[in-house]
Amino acid sequence: MQTLYDKLWQGHLVHEESDKPDGMALLYIDRHLVHEVTSPQAFEGLKLAGRKPWRLDSILAVADHNVPTTGRSHGISDPTSRLQVDTLDQNCEELGITEFRMNDLRQGIVHVIGPEQGATLPGMTVVCGDSHTSTHGAFACLAFGIGTSEVEHVLATQCLLLKKAKAMQILVEGELGHGITAKDIALAIIGKIGTAGGTGYAIEFAGSAIRALSMEGRMTLCNMAIEAGARAGMIAVDDTTIEYIKGRPFAPRGALWDQAVTYWRKLKSDPGAAFDQILRLDAAQVKPQVTWGTSPEMVTTIDGRVPDPSQITDAVKRHDMEHALKYMGLAPNTPISEIHPDKIFIGSCTNSRIEDLRAAADVVKGKHIASTIKLAMVVPGSGLVKHQAELEGLDKIFLAAGFEWREPGCSMCLAMNDDRLASGERCASTSNRNFEGRQGPGGRTHLVSPAMAAAAAVAGHFVDVREIY
Amino acid sequence: MEKFHSCEGLVAPLDRANVDTDAIIPKQFLKSIKRSGFGQNLFDEWRYLDHGEPGMDAARRKLNPDFILNLPRYHGAQILLARANFGCGSSREHAPWALQDYGFRVIVAPSFADIFFNNCFKIGLLPIVLEAGNVDQLFREVHATDGYRLVVDLGDQSVTAPAGESFLFDIDPFRKNSLLNGLDEIGLTLQHSERIKAFEEKHRAVQPWLFA
Ligand code: SF4
Repeated sequence: MQTLYDKLWQGHLVHEESDKPDGMALLYIDRHLVHEVTSPQAFEGLKLAGRKPWRLDSILAVADHNVPTTGRSHGISDPTSRLQVDTLDQNCEELGITEFRMNDLRQGIVHVIGPEQGATLPGMTVVCGDSHTSTHGAFACLAFGIGTSEVEHVLATQCLLLKKAKAMQILVEGELGHGITAKDIALAIIGKIGTAGGTGYAIEFAGSAIRALSMEGRMTLCNMAIEAGARAGMIAVDDTTIEYIKGRPFAPRGALWDQAVTYWRKLKSDPGAAFDQILRLDAAQVKPQVTWGTSPEMVTTIDGRVPDPSQITDAVKRHDMEHALKYMGLAPNTPISEIHPDKIFIGSCTNSRIEDLRAAADVVKGKHIASTIKLAMVVPGSGLVKHQAELEGLDKIFLAAGFEWREPGCSMCLAMNDDRLASGERCASTSNRNFEGRQGPGGRTHLVSPAMAAAAAVAGHFVDVREIY
Repeated sequence: MEKFHSCEGLVAPLDRANVDTDAIIPKQFLKSIKRSGFGQNLFDEWRYLDHGEPGMDAARRKLNPDFILNLPRYHGAQILLARANFGCGSSREHAPWALQDYGFRVIVAPSFADIFFNNCFKIGLLPIVLEAGNVDQLFREVHATDGYRLVVDLGDQSVTAPAGESFLFDIDPFRKNSLLNGLDEIGLTLQHSERIKAFEEKHRAVQPWLFA
């Protein structure tokens, strides 16, 4: 009896370096996604060693972190950002790697475009020099982020040296309440187990509430597995998975499609397979989540309050909490609903897919952002998401409500381009990290779902989306 | 990769849990396409009073006198003593690059984030996991003692305190061997080329759509 993780591991094992079960092993990589920030040194290393990519057709490249989200006709104004994107373009052209360039309609955040193109397929090992590669696990892939030395390793050998992780199952049973999303499940889990709770584990999400999620929701959940410390998150294949992939550009067709579907159907944990740890969550109990601190585990529910460090006995924890509250400019015991964001960011590889934009648009439709909101922006995850949203008229809804409608990219998720918070500014953000300075030096981030971000934009403070919509 | 045998060095204590990679090296410095030069921006937002951008002359920037690494007694530290979940967050190898470029050769903590831990080995920076209680003890000792040094021996897998007390640590034998000999892992893997090709053939037969 095997877990899904066991199957994926076993199915890619090329060689074991030791006869012990927990030794290093060589694993074959099916899909290598590449972006501009973590690849230049890898390409350079490859070149210096006189090596060539092992398998070009496994690689798909895109620039996403540095690209501007405003007009792109004049290129990138920041010379260092431009050099990084140009370097990717050059490397891909020289080596013959498929790349979606900045002005290609298919360009977008690397973790959005992989699945969107059908370049992420069930049963694959997927890697990228980016920790949120865990996103692709939503397709029953073994998908995880790697460092630049490993990017070079995969380019040169199509393999990675790895140690098998332990397996954790997170069972979410029952029905989610109205207005509650995968983002709330993710934050609720992280609030429970902490940002190191999944360290050393590959997490499989299962249970009726997970099966009821769309692929977009599953991607949001697996995306955040890394924020729980797990390098990989994954979900078994079912009809939802297969429906999503069908007809996508890189997906198999004809007889190959049928053959693939038969294979993919087996990609689930065997009944009774053993996990090293099992965690249960009752979907009906999940409420809208809002982070109050500088780590995703510093989270509470919309009806909660900012915690009080004086109640914490553990000295390291208390010290971290005090530090976080000082940084966030929050007093202990403040009701979450009395926190007023200055800016709203709807985007990132966590929540920038069509379903996320629909959820946010539903909330703001016919309303306007509060006068205290300095900037509210929507950054679609890809050119194709943007295009689809425009077909549905979502752009009009956002624009009428006072939002800005931008070009696709990472944008203010990490503020490597011009989109960033000024020091002291507070943001309701649908991204995944609220670390100090993440959205701009001195910027204060509150992580929420797209519907909650939209509701905060309209109300001018955090508010329970279930009450207004 | 740089070889690592042993290190006898000054210890700097960073007494915070969950130190993330954005704190270790903020994103504006990730725009560099080079592998070196990140040391001057290690912990940039904590270390300097002004806001750092690439290309600034570090010598002209105002240091934050309260940040631990800026205290004269920790100048030249080679061993960083840290708290739980060190290196959480992104996969940026720029984080270990910055620590190494600054001068660190060893990081001791009760736990590390997975990707960061892995990245360290690739460049010859040694992350050591010790029990939380032992790390607490080291924090107490380093705070109390000027010029506190530790001896780290990879061969013996030991960390030895000035008073002679030794703590043993675990390391995967493959990783240990790679570090001790400064091996090129890509070169090692390429020695398995035939195996990889054979695997690929088998894989293609079962899942031909992966190679379409
Ligand atoms: S959207 Fe944010 S988390 Fe996702 S890949 Fe881009 S920078 Fe990383």
